[in-house]
Amino acid sequence: MTIDHPAAVKLKERFGHLHLKVASFRGQTQIEVPGENLTQVVTFLRDDSTLGYDMLCDVTCVDYLNYPGWDKARFGMVYTFNSVAAGQPRLILRVFLGEAQLAIDSLVPLYAGAEWMEREVFDMFGVRFRGHPDLRRILTWDGFKSHPLRKDYPVTGLGERENYPVLDRDSA
Amino acid sequence: MPIEPTSLPDNVLTMNLKKVVNWCRRSSVWPMPFATACCGIELMATASSRYDLARFGAEVMRFSPRQADLMIVAGRVSIKMMPVLHRIYLQMAEPKWVISMGACASTGGVFDNYATVQGIDQFLPVDVYVPGCPPRPETLMEGIMLIQKIIDQHGMPASKRQPMKLSVQPNYRPTPQPQVILGPKLAAALHE
Ligand code: SF4
Repeated sequence: MTIDHPAAVKLKERFGHLHLKVASFRGQTQIEVPGENLTQVVTFLRDDSTLGYDMLCDVTCVDYLNYPGWDKARFGMVYTFNSVAAGQPRLILRVFLGEAQLAIDSLVPLYAGAEWMEREVFDMFGVRFRGHPDLRRILTWDGFKSHPLRKDYPVTGLGERENYPVLDRDSA
Repeated sequence: MPIEPTSLPDNVLTMNLKKVVNWCRRSSVWPMPFATACCGIELMATASSRYDLARFGAEVMRFSPRQADLMIVAGRVSIKMMPVLHRIYLQMAEPKWVISMGACASTGGVFDNYATVQGIDQFLPVDVYVPGCPPRPETLMEGIMLIQKIIDQHGMPASKRQPMKLSVQPNYRPTPQPQVILGPKLAAALHE
């Protein structure tokens, strides 16, 4: 199968030495990028005049723990880009991260809108973003210890919801 | 020397003070709507003209806890929200009552997960549980009428009133929804 996504063609020219893997499913193209080259690749995608990926519309992550037939690292980051002004088709970048090295460059210096999305990924999966200006939890509360969207986290929690002061009529 | 009430004018009524205070309170239960989810929509419907909560004197929704005496917790409460709920409850002036409206507020409902409180009564005194998902406005009104009964019985508490933990048993017959009557043109357009 040949993939003629314009970004895939251009990235192959520019980053041929990285041997980027390209896949396509139902008209959606995704490109696997090594974690250490992410900033470089994304800067190219954004600043190239014909590609012009000027909008980072989503940052999220998938935990592939116990996924049948999985042979890559456990966490798969998903970056979705739109090219609004240049009108190129949507592009998805994937970065796979192992549990030991769960850190990646933040995209906030390139896209300011990445700030809260990266905070959510940090909150839910525990991925550290290097260079993020304010990497705090965003959805769960202060003092929450776990990362609840990991597959090994029980859905009813580890006792967080029971561990709370009780108000009764004698104290209130 | 005891005062002889021999000649009270005609426009003066003597009465048991407790009764009259209770009457005032039960006829002006001002709710604080703590509406966090879908049940809140039903709470709004209860206050609107078709069900008309004003018949029970409870239509004045007060978004300031200082002015309210009944907290209606309508919807699921997340753990992160719980401190807010506590704080609002503490800010309400005595005497105060709490209705837990709907399956989520009472038990957590289907949301048995790490972020949702499994029933606000774990952390807060609740007087009346209103079952349903969401409860119909009639059921919520029965809940408010139960609160009125509690007020009748207690009123003017000498000490702090303990929560009664009553649950509404729905005994209404649901009224049919109003029929939409279409004009001939609109009916023809819809049938095409
Ligand atoms: S009880 Fe049902 S209607 Fe009420 S908040 Fe829960 S899910 Fe929504």
